[in-house]
Amino acid sequence: MSTRIQTGGRHLDRSKQVHFNWAGKQLTGYGGDTLASALLANGELLVGRSFKYHRARGLIASGAEEPNALVGLGTGAKFEPNQRATTTELFDGLVAKPQNAWPSLAFDVGAINKMMSRFFPAGFYYKTFIHPRFAWKHLFEPIIRKAAGLGAAPTEKDVDRYEYFYAHVDVLIIGGGIAGLASALAAGQAGASVLLVEQTAHFGGRAVVDGVDIDDEPAEIWVEETLAALREMPNVTIRNRTMGAGVYDHGYATVYERINDHLPEMITDHAPNMDAPRHRLWRVRAGRIVTATGAIERPLSFAGNDIPGVMLAGAVRDYLVNYGASVGDRVVIATNNDDAYRSAIALVEAGLDVPVILDARTTADGELPTLAREIGIRVETGKAISSVKGNKHVTGVGICSQAGEGAELEEIKCDAVAMSGGWSPVVHLWSHCGGKLNWDADQSMFRPDPNRPPLGYDGAGFVHVAGTANGYLDAAGVMEDAIKIGKLAAKETGHKPKATKVPSTFSAPENPIEPIWQMPQGMSRKLQMKTFLDYQNDVKVSDVRLAAQEGYQSVEHTKRYTTLGMATDQGKLSNINGLAILADSLNAEIPAVGTTTFRPPYQPISMGAIAGDARGELFKPIRQSPMHHWIDTNGGFWEPVADWRRPYCFQQNGESVGDAVTREILNTRQNVGLLDASTLGKIIVKGPDAGKFLDMMYTNMMSTLKVGRCRYGLMCTENGFLSDDGVVARIDDETFLCHTTSGGSDRIHAWMEEWLQTEWWDWNVYTANVTEQYAQIAVVGPNARKVLEKIGGMDVSADALPFMAFKDGELGGIKARPYRISFSGELSYEIAVPASQGQAFWDMCMEAGAEFGIQPYGTECLHVMRAEKGFIMIGDETDGTVIPQDLGLSWAVSKKKDDFLGKRAQQRSHMVDPKRWRLVGLKSVEPNEVIPDGAYAIDGTVRDNGVKHMIGRITSSYFSPTLNHAIAMGLVENGPERMGDIIDFPTTDGRVIKAEICDPVFLDPEGTRQNV
Amino acid sequence: MKRYSAFAIAREAARYHTGWERAWRSPEPKSHYDVIIIGAGGHGLATAYYLGKNYGITNVAVIEKGWLGGGNTGRNTTIIRSNYLQDPSAAIYEKARSLYETMSQDLNYNVMFSPRGVIMLAQTEHEIRGYQRTAHANALQGVKTEWIGPERVKQLVPIIELSGPRYPVLGGLWQSRGGTARHDAVAWGYARACSDMGMDIIQQCEVTGIDKSGGNVTGIQTTKGAIKCNKLGMVVAGNSGHLADMAGFRLPLESVALQALVSEPIKPCMDVVVMANTVHGYMSQSDKGEMVIGGGTDGFNNYTQRGSFHHLEETVRALIETFPMISRLKMLRHWGGIVDVTGDRSPIIGTTPVGNCYINCGWGTGGFKAIPGSGWAMAEVIATGEPQGLAAEFGLNRFQEGRFIDESVAAGVAH
Ligand SMILES: Cc1cc2nc3c(=O)[nH]c(=O)nc-3n(C[C@H](O)[C@H](O)[C@H](O)COP(=O)(O)OP(=O)(O)OC[C@H]3O[C@@H](n4cnc5c(N)ncnc54)[C@H](O)[C@@H]3O)c2cc1C
Repeated sequence: MSTRIQTGGRHLDRSKQVHFNWAGKQLTGYGGDTLASALLANGELLVGRSFKYHRARGLIASGAEEPNALVGLGTGAKFEPNQRATTTELFDGLVAKPQNAWPSLAFDVGAINKMMSRFFPAGFYYKTFIHPRFAWKHLFEPIIRKAAGLGAAPTEKDVDRYEYFYAHVDVLIIGGGIAGLASALAAGQAGASVLLVEQTAHFGGRAVVDGVDIDDEPAEIWVEETLAALREMPNVTIRNRTMGAGVYDHGYATVYERINDHLPEMITDHAPNMDAPRHRLWRVRAGRIVTATGAIERPLSFAGNDIPGVMLAGAVRDYLVNYGASVGDRVVIATNNDDAYRSAIALVEAGLDVPVILDARTTADGELPTLAREIGIRVETGKAISSVKGNKHVTGVGICSQAGEGAELEEIKCDAVAMSGGWSPVVHLWSHCGGKLNWDADQSMFRPDPNRPPLGYDGAGFVHVAGTANGYLDAAGVMEDAIKIGKLAAKETGHKPKATKVPSTFSAPENPIEPIWQMPQGMSRKLQMKTFLDYQNDVKVSDVRLAAQEGYQSVEHTKRYTTLGMATDQGKLSNINGLAILADSLNAEIPAVGTTTFRPPYQPISMGAIAGDARGELFKPIRQSPMHHWIDTNGGFWEPVADWRRPYCFQQNGESVGDAVTREILNTRQNVGLLDASTLGKIIVKGPDAGKFLDMMYTNMMSTLKVGRCRYGLMCTENGFLSDDGVVARIDDETFLCHTTSGGSDRIHAWMEEWLQTEWWDWNVYTANVTEQYAQIAVVGPNARKVLEKIGGMDVSADALPFMAFKDGELGGIKARPYRISFSGELSYEIAVPASQGQAFWDMCMEAGAEFGIQPYGTECLHVMRAEKGFIMIGDETDGTVIPQDLGLSWAVSKKKDDFLGKRAQQRSHMVDPKRWRLVGLKSVEPNEVIPDGAYAIDGTVRDNGVKHMIGRITSSYFSPTLNHAIAMGLVENGPERMGDIIDFPTTDGRVIKAEICDPVFLDPEGTRQNV
Repeated sequence: MKRYSAFAIAREAARYHTGWERAWRSPEPKSHYDVIIIGAGGHGLATAYYLGKNYGITNVAVIEKGWLGGGNTGRNTTIIRSNYLQDPSAAIYEKARSLYETMSQDLNYNVMFSPRGVIMLAQTEHEIRGYQRTAHANALQGVKTEWIGPERVKQLVPIIELSGPRYPVLGGLWQSRGGTARHDAVAWGYARACSDMGMDIIQQCEVTGIDKSGGNVTGIQTTKGAIKCNKLGMVVAGNSGHLADMAGFRLPLESVALQALVSEPIKPCMDVVVMANTVHGYMSQSDKGEMVIGGGTDGFNNYTQRGSFHHLEETVRALIETFPMISRLKMLRHWGGIVDVTGDRSPIIGTTPVGNCYINCGWGTGGFKAIPGSGWAMAEVIATGEPQGLAAEFGLNRFQEGRFIDESVAAGVAH
């Protein structure tokens, strides 16, 4: 049984008991434990159920590569599914639940799948559930969905905080083993700015576990000294619990820091003053990235290699050395290399029993095997495991010859198996951005090819790999490589590396590995069906062979057909073993088969961290006009408009939204209304070529506009479609102010800049978006002039300030620029004042206007009034397919200009087709019946494909209180030639609304109201 | 071809599945074919399939530079819907959707078409109007869609946040027979059926040149040698510009990276597909339990099949606002594909300036859903040599005429 042993445990603080809850049981561990080591110490070997067959699974690894021990961590708003027990540091009060098992881990109903597994080979979904047709959605799929899925879905809103950090460094070093530390020291000593990150809580990596000596002392001492030296350097930043997540183009990297996952005190009363986010995502721009990410051990493929109690040999050692926990009392070792002997020796030294080491190689006479024999361990070469005995935990192993087909020679009782199939360098980060790999046949591993690195903007490689990640498995090689790479990275980022001495290292020499991809060599299909490659997804050797047999031969096909490597560990344990089996099945070399694509992140990272603090109010912050607060406290009913909020209407005394709109319209038309128009875009265009530039941007002629005057202008895309409109004012000879729609200001400003920077860079024009510099307030209605006259300070009479003119001056002591423009058909002034004076001026208008019946109005009133007057609205009458000519706006399209954006496009055959739908007004035959927005008109005919022939559509539709009649604007085939015709608009609820085609200007076609 | 069924599985189980035959052959190219299709993505394979099925043309090769289905077909988020606004689009997408309904039976390959329903959320007044318009158009086009209010949205998607502080959910356009399918299976199912009709699917074979004589195509150059053909169909998505260049004409499209990501798998919590276009993100839950998430395209042209990280940020932020519970899920993997985007965001299907050379491209960010309809239409164009039927309005000439089929009108994104 797995248990805590009396000695050992580098990370443990045995004086500190830590209480936690697992599957409803109260258990105790020590300070420094991970959840995994604490479970092991408590004899909790069964930690999960697999995805497909719901097989019982135990811990297999000790780090990030763990595929089995996924738990639901925390409760309520802090619940998180699929958390790895191996990377979860234990804390007092930790609550963890097993996943994917019902009703309990030990008795999981879903395990019925396991019995049936013979009927569920790779790809079986594709071959069955085909009939009857409706059964997939209603019967099979729901069952499959329920059985899959691992952890439970969180149900509450996350209460934690997340943030970003931005960092620019010369060298980012990922991995805090001896390679990362040595590289960091070399680069740091050269003067490079260095960020060194380590995903676990501890530095030193494998060397400190594996008994490496550096400068004649245990590696641990060198690690401490080096860390101390690095901490002294102002140019070096060090972070533990921080993982290199992804490498992107041009030296960009994401780095994931788990700040308080291990510190529950943060939210309790122990440390009330500590206020840190849960995770922090660093966005690093590095001159060079050094990945010193070590290697991951590979499992061996023998039957029953997934039974709880079978563990990677390196992990067995980790638990023993770091946490004083053992996977079992009698541990059989299976290996194809010397390294696993270290685990055997460590076990024996800890007082545990190693009945046999099964070494698949024909000889094992290196230093470590010799030592193992010397301390009395039985070593069998050329031998393999024929199958592991046991169900929910290991009870023994059968021994066979590696060379044979698996005939059992002997059974050995044991309660655990430590296996090692060799080590694979962690090349993920090297590969994310295109770094290529070579197959090293001597060491049976893919290694980074230094001649094919990811390339930066300058064509040079920007990622280096150091140490074991670079294929060096011996400490001496690691040290030399790491220092070399550290110096190289510093040199390439402009620093002068110092001459340094490479520390001497000692670790036991190792004899070569022998590639063993299947144990025994000639295992039958039947045994292959019990031999797991991908533990979480239940992919077996037989599945990969089946994929190859059926023609899914590309490694990507095999992956997708079998789901090999698609689990939450993304194949860290399974990919190399799987592709070796695939290569064997295809009679191909491993490098010819190749790997699947390595994609970020290296380990899953929280969505919260990706979003950072841009959530809630900070998610796309709302732009606020200077009168925002007033509107909010005076009945404003908000509506999101682009980045802004605008009041749809102002509700008074509990009236409905509809009633408010009606009141606002009637009041504005009869008395005077006040509109916050500050959100309208305002772009200054200035320079000797400003007129010429605007002549290109607008369909109208703008260069001839007189100073002090305004002109309504249209902008089109190169394809001729109307994209924005607004009033342009000429401030002085070289300066224009262009108004855009509220949603258009940023887009149009960018559009202007795009043309200026890419096409007309030699024109002398500058633009500035001044939208937020001004508050703009529209005073609208028959009494508008009276209100301004009462405020006083400027002559606003028809003579002094005629229609379509503007004036600079003062109103009520505030610097103001009133424009005589109208979007309602009423006498109207739009007054721009400095943003800081907006509220003051608004108050002035409200006060001065009180006696004239002034009331604020919102966007809906604005919309109805403009429709009554037949003015188009960008986004209503236009949708990216409409040209000015469709809207009766030919008058605004200059015929004199040689060119403007959209001119040539508007001459194309379809654009001048007389059958284009064109703008008309529509009056419902039944006066109260408002036609739904977006309704289409039909003429009763049916097209070839059976679809009803449409002849037009509604673009805007309202009930007009002014006319006491439902009105609409629409685009209709031959519309302007069909005045008086009645056409049909079917609705989605099955009615047909009849409407009469009329002029779109419903009110005051002569313009007598506005032009007074 | 041995048919797939539960019985076949039981039979094979008895002999440890050693008797399954290859899903498709891997032949060497012949020297001549009646029709060559370049690109073994969904659209290329579907084209070949309907050439055989609808027109009896089976002396066909499908040439693929990598592995079949490995382009965008194997990288997309598999949303299937047909609630398009413009008539020609609604027609071809609805044809495709209806073919998806029976695809598993037609191909004897379970493509796991799951008509679980698609909601497109309206989060501004402007969007409400846009979707109501689409609902009106769809009603006349024979596409079943429905405008639904916020309460119904909540009923369908219990994990949604209706009253987010920034963009409240005001309703949505609901297509109950939209859904998802297993992308690889679509490619594999077609490949198996094509191979069974005697067609050659040639993988790991890159087309490097187009041979012409007198303005007509006569064959292609490939990394496996020259192959002659009577007719050529180019169906290569993001690589269309390159192929057109080899044939000597230009295309009005740009290739940009589109990205997607998945979370770690969790138990079922969302049964429908939700698209939130104002905030720019969409999400569904796969049968494995992963939340499948997609967002927008990069703002620059590129062929790397990677995207820029800040786009993911935006997408994830948007979706956390919409579905707060995903904040504590973890991103498992993100990837990109190169999509071919035209000016009006509608595809190009039809003839080219080169004789006997036909093109099918421009599906951009949303062509998975169109695969069977597109193959159907493209096969008709190739078989008859005329741009007609469903393809009639999607020809290249529409850009000269200004006859755009603009779908960005109703929705900012078109997945
Ligand atoms: C991230 C992402 C998400 C998406 N989400 C959706 C969605 O939810 N719903 C939806 O409907 N659509 C979606 N799409 C779009 C959809 O994936 C594509 O429109 C569709 O798959 C295109 O299929 P295809 O067959 O045309 O192209 P592909 O599948 O890309 O196939 C083209 C093939 O041509 C091959 N090829 C290229 N050049 C050559 C050459 N010279 N010689 C030989 N072969 C060549 C390529 O290798 C490739 O296999 C998404 C796309 C992406 C990238």
